[in-house]
Amino acid sequence: MDRIPDNRAWWLVLPVFLLVAFSALIPLMTVVNYSVQDIFGPGQAYFVGTEWFREVLTDQRLQDSLLRQFLFSGAVLLIQIPLGIGVALLMPKSGIKGSLCLILVAIPLLIPWNVVGTIWQIFARGDIGLFGWGVNQLGVDYNYTGNTVDAWLTVLLMDVWHWTPLVALLCYSGLRAIPEAFYQAAEIDRASRWAVFRYIQLPRLKSVLVIAVLLRFMDSFMIYSEPFVLTGGGPGSSTTFLSQTLTTMAVGQFDLGRAAAFSLVYFLIVLLISWLFFTAITHADKDT
Amino acid sequence: MAEIQLKSLAHSYSESPAGPEDYAIRQLDHVWHKGGAYALLGPSGCGKSTMLNIISGLVQPSEGEVLFDGQRVNELSPRERNIAQVFQFPVVYDSMTVFENLAFPLKNNKVPGARIQTRVAEIAEILEIADKLHKKARNLTADEKQKVSMGRGLVREDVTAILFDEPLTVIDPALKWKLRRKLKQIHEQFDITMVYVTHDQLEASTFADKIAVMYDGQIVQFGTPIELFEHPNHTFVGYFIGSPGMNLIDVERSADGVSFGAVRVALQEWQIERLQGLASNNIKIGIRPEFIELASGAAEGSYQAEVLDMEDLGTYKIITVRLGTQQLQVRMHEDFEAGIGSRVHLSFPPQWTMLYVDEFLVQEQS
Repeated sequence: MDRIPDNRAWWLVLPVFLLVAFSALIPLMTVVNYSVQDIFGPGQAYFVGTEWFREVLTDQRLQDSLLRQFLFSGAVLLIQIPLGIGVALLMPKSGIKGSLCLILVAIPLLIPWNVVGTIWQIFARGDIGLFGWGVNQLGVDYNYTGNTVDAWLTVLLMDVWHWTPLVALLCYSGLRAIPEAFYQAAEIDRASRWAVFRYIQLPRLKSVLVIAVLLRFMDSFMIYSEPFVLTGGGPGSSTTFLSQTLTTMAVGQFDLGRAAAFSLVYFLIVLLISWLFFTAITHADKDT
Repeated sequence: MAEIQLKSLAHSYSESPAGPEDYAIRQLDHVWHKGGAYALLGPSGCGKSTMLNIISGLVQPSEGEVLFDGQRVNELSPRERNIAQVFQFPVVYDSMTVFENLAFPLKNNKVPGARIQTRVAEIAEILEIADKLHKKARNLTADEKQKVSMGRGLVREDVTAILFDEPLTVIDPALKWKLRRKLKQIHEQFDITMVYVTHDQLEASTFADKIAVMYDGQIVQFGTPIELFEHPNHTFVGYFIGSPGMNLIDVERSADGVSFGAVRVALQEWQIERLQGLASNNIKIGIRPEFIELASGAAEGSYQAEVLDMEDLGTYKIITVRLGTQQLQVRMHEDFEAGIGSRVHLSFPPQWTMLYVDEFLVQEQS
């Protein structure tokens, strides 16, 4: 077949190009623009090169909140993934009970972030909150506004309450997708409950678990409203995570150059770790 | 190993069955003897798989009992019944290798490691998948998966019985034949009760010593392939076994036998006697295409028929003829020649002319 030299076909790429430009490139370039300049006002911008980046990377406050952020996301994944799988396994497979369970489990997901923070802010109070009061009545000295450990536990508990249902729902759908024939075969092969989980259910949950881990990592790594409303980042800065540090910098101090550089670093960290997770999990799939 | 007895078994998938049509299995009594190789033959949807699942315990029968060696096992799970079952659609554990798949039932039964090695190697050898043992099961082809699925059923040595639910569906014919021979060998070697569900009569008769033909939730005949062929107990067996199936003709009572249209069919003495004792008017005669004889001329007891069609199947011919109001199929030697529309003379040997009342065979009283 003869090839017809005609470059007009490139126009067909235009819609995609525009879409990507407006959804990602242009907003991102604004941030890049700020991150390499010192801008005082209209017409008063000075190119500073990598200065903001160097400052951001050596800033103790940022390093501390980055460390806290990793601890928090790690804890979230370690608790929520196994717990979510467990909840999904316990949920009834079908019928009215199954539907009721689904609704009950899904409720926390429907509550706006700010409201979740507010709910727990009151719920965990030692004087008027049922949870805080109850724990204190049990003889445990609990005060999330004064004690670092208590504050951390409360933030974690809140996140587990809010987001484990997402993991559970994903796993539930994954479990429902396993054909009944596999359970029958396992029953015939006299597999134990554990063997059924380990060799039939878990391998078939893999794809939903990849999604669950990625979503929970990204979301928890970017958490802002809930701890901000609950503890305000305190006591001290013990529950101040990256987003809050960034907001303080950008909005509170109006330090746009540093905030922009920081945003880019933040973005790259999320991207890098998500990519690592994804390749690690999907790579385990390939074999002989 | 055990004798499996089904006692007035019935099963319905509906919660409140209204009538017999809601039942997948209707009032069924049957015994699978210890160490036999049986086939359960029937069309799709006749209740074969249901019966298999009831024996293995995956399905609880709505009525009746399942007995292993005389012990009621209705309440026992498949695990406790210790039954192996191979499913129609191959189930392989795809995160495991072929070896791990085959070893899985043994591991669950706490068989020692060394024994697992030898046993898996043995089964893999028989099924010709020894070179694939270390492949992940998900990368296998459809027929390899079916072999693995079958291997898991065969690998346990202590099972009560092995049930096969159309286990060779996706395997190509040449290999199918080979695997059936293998199964037969395994049966002879280990003497395990085997029940093989199929809708293919050839498959049933090459595998089994005795075949149970199932129709509409009931076992209508249980016998050797020859019995099923020569004396079908039910019109369905006649129709289903043989290729083409038995010629079945609706007939009416006449003075000394039965007739259809102007054609009078001669019966044997005892058949006429027994027919007189039965009230029903649902009467059929059945004769296999193989048993209809070609008469040389208009002799006594022969009928003139018109040739409508002729199919040459290589080693024999099937001709379709019109006799009175009926169309019949006749199996002829491959040398037989007759033009379409020509006349032939046929006769029905009395010993091969079966009489059916209400679809069941009228048998000679002994």
